[in-house]
Amino acid sequence: MTGRNLAIAAAILALAAVPYVIKEAYYVNVASQILLYAIFALGLNVLVGYAGLVSLGHAGLFGVASYVVASVLAAGYGHSAAIVSALAVGLLFTAGFAALSLRATGISFIMITLALGEILWGVAYRWISLTNGDNGISVTSRPMPFGLALGSANAFYDMTLVIFLAAVGASAIFVRSPFGATLAGTRDQPRRMNALGYHVWMIRFGAFMFSGLLTCVAGILFVYYNKFISPQTLALTASAEALLMVISGGAGTLLGPIVGAGIVVIMKNVVSAYIVRWNFMLGAIFVAIVVFMPEGLVPGAARLFRSAVRSMGRTRPVPTAERTP
Amino acid sequence: MSALAVTALSKSFGGLRVNTNVNLTVEPGERRLIIGPNGAGKTTLFNLITGELRPDSGSIRLFDRDITAVASRKRAHLGMARTYQIITLFPRDTILRNTMLALMGLSPLRWNPWASLHRQSHLVDEAHAALARVGLDRIAGRPLAETSYGEKRRVEIAMALAQRPKVLLLDEPFAGLSIDERRDVRQLLVAIPRDVTIVMIEHDMDTALDLADRITLLHFGEVIVEGSRAEVVADPRTREVYLGE
Repeated sequence: MTGRNLAIAAAILALAAVPYVIKEAYYVNVASQILLYAIFALGLNVLVGYAGLVSLGHAGLFGVASYVVASVLAAGYGHSAAIVSALAVGLLFTAGFAALSLRATGISFIMITLALGEILWGVAYRWISLTNGDNGISVTSRPMPFGLALGSANAFYDMTLVIFLAAVGASAIFVRSPFGATLAGTRDQPRRMNALGYHVWMIRFGAFMFSGLLTCVAGILFVYYNKFISPQTLALTASAEALLMVISGGAGTLLGPIVGAGIVVIMKNVVSAYIVRWNFMLGAIFVAIVVFMPEGLVPGAARLFRSAVRSMGRTRPVPTAERTP
Repeated sequence: MSALAVTALSKSFGGLRVNTNVNLTVEPGERRLIIGPNGAGKTTLFNLITGELRPDSGSIRLFDRDITAVASRKRAHLGMARTYQIITLFPRDTILRNTMLALMGLSPLRWNPWASLHRQSHLVDEAHAALARVGLDRIAGRPLAETSYGEKRRVEIAMALAQRPKVLLLDEPFAGLSIDERRDVRQLLVAIPRDVTIVMIEHDMDTALDLADRITLLHFGEVIVEGSRAEVVADPRTREVYLGE
């Protein structure tokens, strides 16, 4: 256990040191993006990995939170009002999403979430008096929590890191909790769970709300990071990208979505500077992951590591990235 | 007051009448065996009793309380537990965790999203105790995927018993077991105290016959014969539909 705690402490220190190691503001911003998308992916992972419900509409929820922040600020209110109302409205939309989509599971669930996401995208695109349509809404300032200015890349990274760590901590506690075990039970054996006395629908609803909360937090960070929001943020491709992060890294693990967010954001921002068809690269990488590590990078790497150790003839069991149930 | 009373229960799937006017009264502490050839509607009857299916007509009473319209999950809270003919467990989890899920189903703890599950020592202890009853405590930490079929059957029973049911419904508890495993499961069922009422489906009459106080014979969804062991075995209709004479 101490080894594990040491590793966690080292990881946190390494993350905190990022802006001092890579001094260029551009790359610090890329790191902020990775962290905020990792929060988004962690949120989606609650549904995809632990509830076994694949959503293709989460960019809609992400976008709602972003739009509410931008609109409330544009209407002249302060940052606290913007953030609180973004969370409230975001959770309200999440509850609506959940109530409509949880009537189904499997493919039907995917299609309902996809349709709901597309409706929100359509509203953002067409309801011009509300959303300013394709022109989007700009945000002119970032909040100053405890009087700290977040204008610089480094300061924004630090705040994103704090929220990211809180999100990881909350997710870790959630998946190890009785409710987390219950949720995994509804994924693996819903019929039995019902016979054991569990309210399967309500459990899934609760998980959807937690997923939506993390998604909205990421959406709020995004609009402050980007200082601009447009319908593109809500597009189907954005939902698919988030799903790609979860699945490529390893659904149903804590580390997987974070690694997945890293890969997708780096491909988008860094590799795209060298390779014009970066989408092609991303697709190729995804295909390679699916072929060689269908369970995702993190569990896949753990498996390869285990078999490598075993083939070296050692019999001592090796701690691996544990698949949190 | 009977433990379980099924009155005029009927269920059709489209044009197929699976249960027709089934009446069944099980006294508290009784061991009731439901037999019948394949397709007799035994499992459907169980699914109606546990609420996984809704009957077209008829009523179900549990200790004189009408539960016909009560949601299936709530029937577990009222003291009804079941096992499945086709093993329905949590394959990614350990035996212990499977049992803990059974215990948690009836505890408010199941809604708690912040406590650490493995630190719920009373829950862990209770799960160990439930597994000790079926002789699996030794391998409680083993992943379910690495257990034998017979062990899985016993996990099913341990999970049902862990919920301290008043009425226990066992759907073919001997299905697919070896002779040795049958003997183990049988001992286990004999040891269940009489404050638990047991209704058991068994396809193979020989295995379960002497566990039962009374026997109900279903055929094409209808109760053909009901009575004590001797009565049912002696009845010519049993021989006709079941023993194949």
